[in-house]
Amino acid sequence: MSLLSIEGLSKSFGGVHAVSNVAFSLAAGEMLAMIGPNGAGKSTCFNMINGQIQPDAGRILLDGEEIVGRPPHEIWRRGVGRTFQVAATFASMTVLENVQLASMSHAGAVRRFWRPMALYPVEQARDLLDQVGMCEQADRPCGDLAYGDVKRVELAIALANDPKLLLMDEPTAGMAPKERIAIMTLTRDLARRRGIGVLFTEHSMDAVFGFSDRLLVLARGRLIAQGTPDEVRNDPAARSAYFGSDRAFEGIRT
Amino acid sequence: MSLSGLFVQALNGLAAASTLFLLASGLSLIFGVTRIVNFAHGSFYMLGAYVAWSLTDRLQGAIGFWFSIIAGAAAIGVIGMIVELTIMRRIYRAPELFQLLATFALTLVIKDATLALWGAEDLLGPRAPGLAGAITILDRRVPQYDLALIASGPLVLLALQLLLTRTRWGVLVRAATQDRQMVAALGVNQAVLFTSVFALGAALAGLGGALQLPREPAGLSMDMTAIGDAFVVVVVGGMGSIPGAFVAALLIAEVKALCIALGDWQTPLGFIVAFPKFTLVAEFAVMAIVLILRPWGLMGRPDTTIRPQGSTSSLLTQPGTRQSWFIAGFALLLFAAPLLVEARSYTLVFGIDVLTAVLFAASLHFLMGPGGMHSFGHAAYFGLGAYAAALCAKALNWPMWAALVAAPAGGLIGAILFGWFCVRLSGVYLAMLTLAFSQIVWSVVYQWDGLTGGSNGIVGVWPSSWYSSKAAFYCLAVIVCGGATLLLRRILFAPFGYAMRAARDSVARSEAIGLDVRRIQWIAFSIAGAFAGLAGGLFAFSKGSISPETLGVSRSIDGLVMVLLGGVDTISGPIVGAAVFLFLQDQIARHVEYWRAILGLFILALVLLFPAGIVGTIRAWTLRR
Repeated sequence: MSLLSIEGLSKSFGGVHAVSNVAFSLAAGEMLAMIGPNGAGKSTCFNMINGQIQPDAGRILLDGEEIVGRPPHEIWRRGVGRTFQVAATFASMTVLENVQLASMSHAGAVRRFWRPMALYPVEQARDLLDQVGMCEQADRPCGDLAYGDVKRVELAIALANDPKLLLMDEPTAGMAPKERIAIMTLTRDLARRRGIGVLFTEHSMDAVFGFSDRLLVLARGRLIAQGTPDEVRNDPAARSAYFGSDRAFEGIRT
Repeated sequence: MSLSGLFVQALNGLAAASTLFLLASGLSLIFGVTRIVNFAHGSFYMLGAYVAWSLTDRLQGAIGFWFSIIAGAAAIGVIGMIVELTIMRRIYRAPELFQLLATFALTLVIKDATLALWGAEDLLGPRAPGLAGAITILDRRVPQYDLALIASGPLVLLALQLLLTRTRWGVLVRAATQDRQMVAALGVNQAVLFTSVFALGAALAGLGGALQLPREPAGLSMDMTAIGDAFVVVVVGGMGSIPGAFVAALLIAEVKALCIALGDWQTPLGFIVAFPKFTLVAEFAVMAIVLILRPWGLMGRPDTTIRPQGSTSSLLTQPGTRQSWFIAGFALLLFAAPLLVEARSYTLVFGIDVLTAVLFAASLHFLMGPGGMHSFGHAAYFGLGAYAAALCAKALNWPMWAALVAAPAGGLIGAILFGWFCVRLSGVYLAMLTLAFSQIVWSVVYQWDGLTGGSNGIVGVWPSSWYSSKAAFYCLAVIVCGGATLLLRRILFAPFGYAMRAARDSVARSEAIGLDVRRIQWIAFSIAGAFAGLAGGLFAFSKGSISPETLGVSRSIDGLVMVLLGGVDTISGPIVGAAVFLFLQDQIARHVEYWRAILGLFILALVLLFPAGIVGTIRAWTLRR
């Protein structure tokens, strides 16, 4: 059984079919990339899987269980971590506190009113920050970080609940090429090691073709192609949808 | 209730709806374009009536009368323009809370200016020449002027719609209402657009006030009743929507008229429901229902335009242990001082006032600062606590300690009930809903003579004999208020406090780490209500009597000023703010006749010059060095 399986997913905003009849599945430990031009419906798909918006139709099964209609915080409890297209962290807290709060939420220890946060253990949070290479900046306010670093913190936060499924909306936007490779390598290692299924969108083709096991190509809300990077690269429909030319992916090496 | 009676009330309602619409359309226009919720709009309405009174006093005849009405509206437009150029212009980029406070400060200044120019007496205006009579409809006499007023609403709506759809200026206004950043990016001179919109909005309010003159005398309380009504209409109609304001004005005026027309109703169960008493609550009840069903009003849209301005909130740092002890010791010494020097009783009474204000401000800060929920009706919970304590002490003869336990319970129950609705909204709508609930509580307390003593309130709420000396009660206040304030602080640094700030900083991120944002905000709202209730309970025992004023809007605003005065992003801010505010109020009110104007100017100075508050400004200075 696949970790995530999606059937007939649809969503319209007014008269615009943002996502129509999309179906795919994702296995544990798999890196699945979702690509498509702006407005193809990628973020809408993410927001539906994570419960932020409700689909008009379709099923989303996580480990065989329907999650449509559940609020985001409940979906998170079932093991779905997520990073946002526009990175979102808690600006009034330090990097460490951001991650610590996420792990405390995972432990169900958020509604406590007496013992100061500073006295709760931070080892797990430090460990997560170490994994994404943010240990030195642990005590800086999150509001002061460079954008690429905020993305790393987001990843650490997303990992705090030991997720089965990681949704990453443009995880490397705003990063230098070198950082991009580093963060994608890290993500792939985590996916393999812990058996996390990763669904990610990206505009940078080296991240997409270099790190995905399979690709989904979306255009105007429809899934027009899917397969391994090689298959998609040679798919004329995918090429022309993506850049309006069938030579879009030439020159991209894996 | 006869059919003709119902009909006449319906006509009455239509006339009231026209006035409401004139008032609300200007407010809505101003909000749509500038995103400022103009508290001073009611003051423009009041000024319109006063200016028209002065003009009609000098100019006789039909031409003189109608000229006075138009000239009055124009004069208010000019005043609006001056206000925009001198004050509004400087606060467009400020947080919305500061904008509300600045415009509130303006109402204080305008009120005292009106008092100085026209005196405290109500001024009776002339009948409208040519429309002074009445005509008979269904055997009832309906004033001709009311019929003219009924026509004025749709006429102004038509004129506004033509202006907005047929002129270039109107296109710009509509564009700016949808997305003002985009309009700015297209090279439109925003300064001129904003000034003209503000002037037009003010003129409409002035027109509404001037037209009201033949129906009711010009008085100093017009501004607050008008602004309350206008807020409700605008929020129900959808902020920024002119047709929405029209529909909402009709709806609310007719619901009120219906309440009056229904009269007393003998229920089958035997007791009597007096519908006319519901008029005070009716509009706020309509607003609460609409906001719950359609959070953006009948014809409003979800705010698509306000892009995040970047987080302004700074890190909250917990002081080190030694620093904490130092602060605690200093505070203890400060509060022990009046006792050590055998102070006069006045100092102790003032000290108790400061202590209850500190706790009230701390509970509001808890909600507004770390909680990110701006409440314009926090006094409701303070008042519920005060009334709970007073009723338990007087009606049930409970001992003082039990009544002081009932106080936070009263605040808590109110906050749990209203908070459930409030946390479904955010920003200005949340602020307005909290205001609506506090007005409902106020109306209920004001009208429920049998239980609350109505406008007289409850007198003779005295502490138990052990605390009857001022010094003993002062000690109690130090312990209760100090302890409760520290407890609030403790919660802020506990995991729950972090969760509150998380929900404020980013809703999406909070949900995505498993935090149930609404539930967290609901709990925070309830906690804040309980602590405000405790402050209210102490207040009741320290004063010995309470009245509906205890939970009026002005107390809510006082609380906001205290919090902002201290600095909303600091923890010790509300404490410093409450102390400084009370000291100033005490000093100014004792020595100056026009203390409201002074207070208003003081708030304006604060908002324009020290937006970070006292503690925030000091911290910025020390960080710079």
